[in-house]
Formats: sequence, structure tokens, C-alpha cells
Amino acid sequence: MSLQDKRQTTRQAVSNGERVVLVAEKITKRFPGTVALDGVDFTVYGGSVNVLIGENGAGKSTLMKILAGVERATSGRLLLDGSAVEFKSTREAAQAGIGIIFQELNLYPNLSISENIFVARELTRGGVVQHRLQEQVTSELLARLEQPLNPATLVRDLRMGQQQIVEIARALSQNVRILIMDEPTSALTAAETEALFRIIADLRAHGVAIIYISHKLEELLTIGDYVTVLRDGKLAAASPARAINIAWIIDKMVGRNVNAPRHRTQTNASDQPVLEVKNLSLPRAGGGFTLENVSLTLRRGEILAIFGLMGAGRTELFECLMGQHPEASGEIAINERKLRNETIRGRIDLGMMLVPEDRQRLGLIQKLSVAHNITLANLRRFVTSFWLSEARELAEIHAMIRSLSIKTQDPQQPITSLSGGNQQKVVVAKSLLTEPQVLMLDEPTRGIDVGAKAEIFEIMNQLAEKGLAVLFVSSELPEMFVIPDRVIVLSKGRVTGEFLHDQLTEEALVLAAGARQQTEHPITAQPSK
Amino acid sequence: MPTALASPAGPVLAKPSGLSLGVLLFRLRALIALFVLVAIFSVLSPAFFTEQNLIILVGQTAINAIMAVGMTFVILTGGIDLSVGSTVGLAAMISGLLIDRGLPIPPLGVALYFNVPAIVVLCLCLGVLVGAVNGILITRFNVAPFIATLGTLYIARGTAQLSNNGATFPNLVGRPDLHNTGFPVLGAGSILGIPIVIWIMFVFAAVAAFVAGKTPFGRQVYAVGGNERASELSGIDVNRIKMSVYMICGLCASMTGLITASQLVAAHPAVGESYELNAIAAVVLGGTSLSGGRGAMWGTIVGALVIGVLTNGLVLLGVQEFWKKVITGLVIILAVVLDQLQERLQQRLALKRS
Repeated sequence: MSLQDKRQTTRQAVSNGERVVLVAEKITKRFPGTVALDGVDFTVYGGSVNVLIGENGAGKSTLMKILAGVERATSGRLLLDGSAVEFKSTREAAQAGIGIIFQELNLYPNLSISENIFVARELTRGGVVQHRLQEQVTSELLARLEQPLNPATLVRDLRMGQQQIVEIARALSQNVRILIMDEPTSALTAAETEALFRIIADLRAHGVAIIYISHKLEELLTIGDYVTVLRDGKLAAASPARAINIAWIIDKMVGRNVNAPRHRTQTNASDQPVLEVKNLSLPRAGGGFTLENVSLTLRRGEILAIFGLMGAGRTELFECLMGQHPEASGEIAINERKLRNETIRGRIDLGMMLVPEDRQRLGLIQKLSVAHNITLANLRRFVTSFWLSEARELAEIHAMIRSLSIKTQDPQQPITSLSGGNQQKVVVAKSLLTEPQVLMLDEPTRGIDVGAKAEIFEIMNQLAEKGLAVLFVSSELPEMFVIPDRVIVLSKGRVTGEFLHDQLTEEALVLAAGARQQTEHPITAQPSK
Repeated sequence: MPTALASPAGPVLAKPSGLSLGVLLFRLRALIALFVLVAIFSVLSPAFFTEQNLIILVGQTAINAIMAVGMTFVILTGGIDLSVGSTVGLAAMISGLLIDRGLPIPPLGVALYFNVPAIVVLCLCLGVLVGAVNGILITRFNVAPFIATLGTLYIARGTAQLSNNGATFPNLVGRPDLHNTGFPVLGAGSILGIPIVIWIMFVFAAVAAFVAGKTPFGRQVYAVGGNERASELSGIDVNRIKMSVYMICGLCASMTGLITASQLVAAHPAVGESYELNAIAAVVLGGTSLSGGRGAMWGTIVGALVIGVLTNGLVLLGVQEFWKKVITGLVIILAVVLDQLQERLQQRLALKRS
């Protein structure tokens, strides 16, 4: 955000009589191996809905946890009403008037509504809980939220939307001035969402500052007053909502200035299809589809990118390809061999391998060394008689470390001692040792620094030159121009665009990615064939 | 590469150069504790550091150590097996039944007698079977390991009691005319002056250390315990690994049962009660993380020796049985507290380096 933008923002805020209640200044949060937040500034205006948006792993949740006292920043400070504060616990944050409603609801299903609202702060007289009084207060709160529920109802008997209301009531009962809502509508029906928006409007009118996190772009502009975009742990942009549109948000979310390595000058794609997907559909629990009639073909030596926003079905597509969704329908063939119920091992043996998006949860075994992470997926390769040949293992490990230039002093080091980019390379190395024909990479550049990004692309490039078929998912717009031979755009589970490298334009990509965010009509892009 | 550290011991051990000496000492704490205890008891009791007593001590330890070896595999995957004590009892009782009564075949009204090696094999298979039941409950029916093995704890114990209506099978020497003599050799015999029990412990520990440290299976055990989902995506058959570790654990427990019955030359249905806790204690003392993925076989053996030395030494010193329990408990708690400290220390180091 430029200085000019900032000044403009401030001026508008002042002119509206909305004042700044909370400022997060240069917040940095490190975890072993990654930087979740890197010098992020975030301003919260009172009596407004402050929208925070960004892709998975952009650092939104971490920032909110710091504001709510769940986590503590490595560096940076919080200014509440202009004076510096530090929250050591959620309790301290709550005392300062900051409440949070987590993505996963934090309710006790076995307790009643009123017990949930007053949990750990029970109204007591002489050490005895005043249930009657609690229920009375709860009734008043619920009435204010237009939800005339019986306070004695057990939370487990409530619908998701109603549970959300209970969370809000709990926050309200603590006299919140700042209420953080982390994806509150993800489990709500349309009607419940509408009710929630009315509540938010009411809270705003009462001067409460709402911090609202969501991936649903259309609703952000409906209710937001200020929009802050995070990308890769950094502040990407901030603006008053009325000055922007969906295209602006997508644009900022996907970024522009990736330090792009050289463009591919030629394609290595042959005519031989390695992977063919026909009419892949994945039903969603509760109706609808996460993936709907997705078809694609991948050829030897080709790099195919899947572009799309959060919720487009990118990760689910890969999960289906690796056989993790038995309920999916459609056809997947590798080298013209149709897949049926192959296990993950079976698919790996056929030449498919996935580098998952969530490195920490799905990619690495944190307790193992760098070396043992690298060889994990193909231990058979190193077996002589009954045991693992250490010499052969080490030879391959060192070869991989060299060819991917993994920066580690010693492969026996714990994997957690590496930086994010090098951890990612370890996952790639592990995948390569299975000798895949189709390498799938889910957001391979997420959470790693610019230099490492370029290296990952270079690796992908080299692999394609060797004849590997590379399929990768990304939500970073510039990456689409860097290496793929072809780009397929997904939006809400459907293919909404397909472009060859020389047909690509930013506008077309953004349009296709946002296609079904507002309308149900896919953008008609020029098909590649 | 430092072979001393990269031995079968543990795939997580790193090169000392990457570590401070403090962390290294921290990691070897069980071994250090063992030496300290041996030193203390040697000074306090002249009877402690004698060949005779040490053989007794290691022999006592062996029973626990063999069970603990199997338990280590289970705990490395992040599981737990509470049924081992009962499996000990069941294996002991079935070995008694097979020697004393043979395998009754009611329709024919006869009983089948086996020779001792066959009985040993049958009882070991029985232990594997109990482990397989645990494994199936845990992998196919998604029962939490704690609950599944708690269930089999009762079932196996009950079965052991049913096998002779709660009575002991006494005097398991066999009968020459049935060709089933020689069972007591297992518990009382010795080779090259060292009791067979200790040899068995060495063999089990060595094989286990080799399997855990040098084979793909062992590596996968660590991986599953470290991160189950990531292991799955790396093509590891997580269920197969889990099945296997419970079966190995059952095997080790039934071996212990056979040894105990042979040592006593009798099978009592209550034998092995609460043994599972000793085994878990040895594993934890040896530095294996209860959350899985971290630990080593040699640590377990050291852990079992620590418990053995503690028990034996305190007896020699004439410490009351009740105090022995209190002290053992304190030692276990101390071990776990140190384990947590180590984890935090390592995290802090990792953070500093990044």
C-alpha cells in the first residue's frame, strides 16, 4: 500500500467519524521453518466491518490469534486506543474487549446455551451457579440477536447457524468492542447468513468493530467497510470497500511481483497423453458439488497449471487423483490404464505422486531427519536382502540434495531445522525418488521465499524437460505466466477457462477465476484444441 | 558419520556437531541414570556388584525387557497396548494346559500332546493372534488403542482363568512317555554360563533394534508415529504397519509368558498382572515419546535395566516394598518431565536456527 493510499484511507475514515480502535504494527510471527507473518500492519476501525482476506496460509488466522491473545507475536506491537498492549492469554484479550469466534466452533455440545455463554465466568452466589439468572441474561442476549431460543437447550441440539449465534452471544456477553469472526458463514445456510449479516449490521451500529475473515468474495463486498488483503504473510493491500471490486481483490490476493524466473522459451510437451481425467465429479456433503465434470488431459513433458481461488476445488482435484475420495465419480486413466480402487501406494507405483499443499500436516514427518524424509516414499529402492543399505540411501540423498540444492549442513539434521523453501524441496525430493510420470504439486511455492520459489520453478522446468508431466495448482497469478504450457482455470468446482501459454492474459484469468463467484455462467474462453 | 549414534538406535539422532553437548547428555540421560544408579548401589551394598547378583538382576530385567521391546514398536506408532500382561498370563496358562492336559479334542474324547518346541511355537502364535485382534479392532473398527487393548486385557485374562477354572497348572515338567519333557529349561537353563532368558532378551533386543533401525518396516513405524497422514500420502500402508506392531507386541508378551511359566515350573492364571505397566514404564524411561515417532530400542533396554537395578538395589538395601513403589513412580515421572523439557529445548533450538 502506497503512502498516498494510506493517507486517503485515513482521511476517509476520519470523515466518516469512524475512529481507529486497534492497530497492529509490524507484526512478525515465526514458527520453526516458516515465517507466518512478516511485518504486517493492520488497522481496525470502530463501528465498521474490517474484512481480512487472503489465500490459505496467507497468515490471516495467525494474525487473528495474535489479536485475540492465543498466540504471541515474535516482534511488532499492538496499539489499543493508541496505547501499547500485550495479551498473554485470551482472557486478557477478552478483558480488553476483544472477542473471537473461531473457525471451528469452540462450544461444549454437552452443555446448555446459557452454560456455554457463561462457561468459566459463571454467575455465582456463595459459590453456587445462578442458573436462573444466567438463563435470564442469555434470553436477553438471544432476543437482541433475534434468536428466541430456549437458554436451557443443549448446544448439541442446535443447527450450525444457531451454534454460531451462541458464539456471538457469548462474545457479546463479555462486552466486546472488537469481534473477530473467522469464516463465520462457511457452515451457514443462505437464510442463516442473512440473519448473521443483520446482526453484524446491528453490532456495527452499536459501535462494535468487526473483523471479518471469509473466502466468499461476494459477501465481503456486501458487508465490508474496509478490506485488508494478506498474501504470503505480508500485507498486500488495504482499502475502503467502496473503492474496490472483486477483480481488485483477486488481483491483490494473487499478487503481481513474483520474482519471475525466465520464461519457458519452448514447450517440451509431446503428443502422448499420460494422464486423462474425464468428467470427474465430487459431491459435497449437504448437496452440490466440490468438483463438477472436470476433464483434463496431461501430456508427457507438459507443465499444466490449475489456477483458481480458495474453494475452487483445486486441492480436492488432487485428492481425487490420489484416490482419497472414493465417493468421486468419473474416469481417471494413467498411460491409458483406467484407475479403479488403487490405493495410494498403487497409484504411486503407476507413476503418480503428489506434493501436498500443507507441508507440515501432509508433506513431512517432523520427527524424522532430512535424509529419512527424502527416502520415505520409496524405501524398497534401498533394500538389499532384508535391510536398508545406508550407503545407497546416502548416495541418493546426497544426489538429491545436490540436484535440488537443498540447503542443509547434514542430511541427518531434523527436518524442522530447514527453512520453508528447503522443506518444500525435501518433499519434492521424496516425490522424485518414486520416479513419477505425473508429478502433482499443490501450491508448491506457498510460504517460501522468493529465491526458493524461483528454484522450485526451475526444478519443475527441468523435470518437464526430462519428460515428466507436471501438474501444479496455484493461486498466484504471475506464476501462470512463468512456466506452464497450459492453464486450466477452476472456479467453484468447474472448469471456467483453458488457455495455452500464448493466449494468456491477466484479465482473462482473473475473469475466469471469478466467473462463478457472481454468476453461474462460465466465461467462454478459447479452447486450446 | 558418527556410527556410535547412527547405529540401529534411532533414525532421529543427529550428528553431534549439530548439537550442543548439553542436548547430547540430555538425550543419553537414561544411560547416565543407569550408571549413576549402579554406582550408588555398588557403594551402598557390597552384595550388589557381584556376578551372581548381576545375573539375577539381568534375568529379572529380561522378562520386562522382552515385553517392553514389543511395546516400543506399538508406542513408536503412537499407540499403546494394555493387553500384554494378560497375554503373558494367557500364554503361560495355555503352555501349562498343553503340557499338563494336551489339546483336548472333545468329539473324539482324546487329547493331543505336543513336544515342547511345538508348544512354544503354538503359544507364540497365540500371542500374535491376540495382537492381531488388537490390530483389527484398531485399524478396521477405528477403536482407540487404549480401549481396544483394555478390552482384550480382560478377555485374555478371563480366558487364562477359564483354561483351568482359575486353578494353577502345577509341576510342568512333562512326562517322558508323552515326549513333552524339558519345558523348565527355558527358564532355568543356561548357555555358556549365561541364563537362556538373558540370551532370549539379547536376541529379541538385537532383532528389534535391527528391524526398527535398518529395515523399511522400522522406518515406516517411525513415520506412521511421526505423521500418519503424511505417511499415507507417501504410500505407506498405515494399517499394515499398525497391525504388525500389535502382532509383534503380542509375540513378545507370549514369549514372556512362556519364560515365566517355565521359571516357576507352573502356570498361574494371575501371572503377568500389571506387567503392561512395567513395560510401558521401561519404554518411557528409555526416552520413547508416547505420542509416537521418536525413540529407540536400546533406550527401552536401558529403561528396563533402570527399573531392574532400582528394584534389585532397593531390595538389597532393605528398603520397604512400599517405598520401592513410590521411588519407581517418582523416577518415571521425572523421566517424562525431562522428556518434555527436551522437546521444548529442541523446538527452541529449531526456532533459533531458522
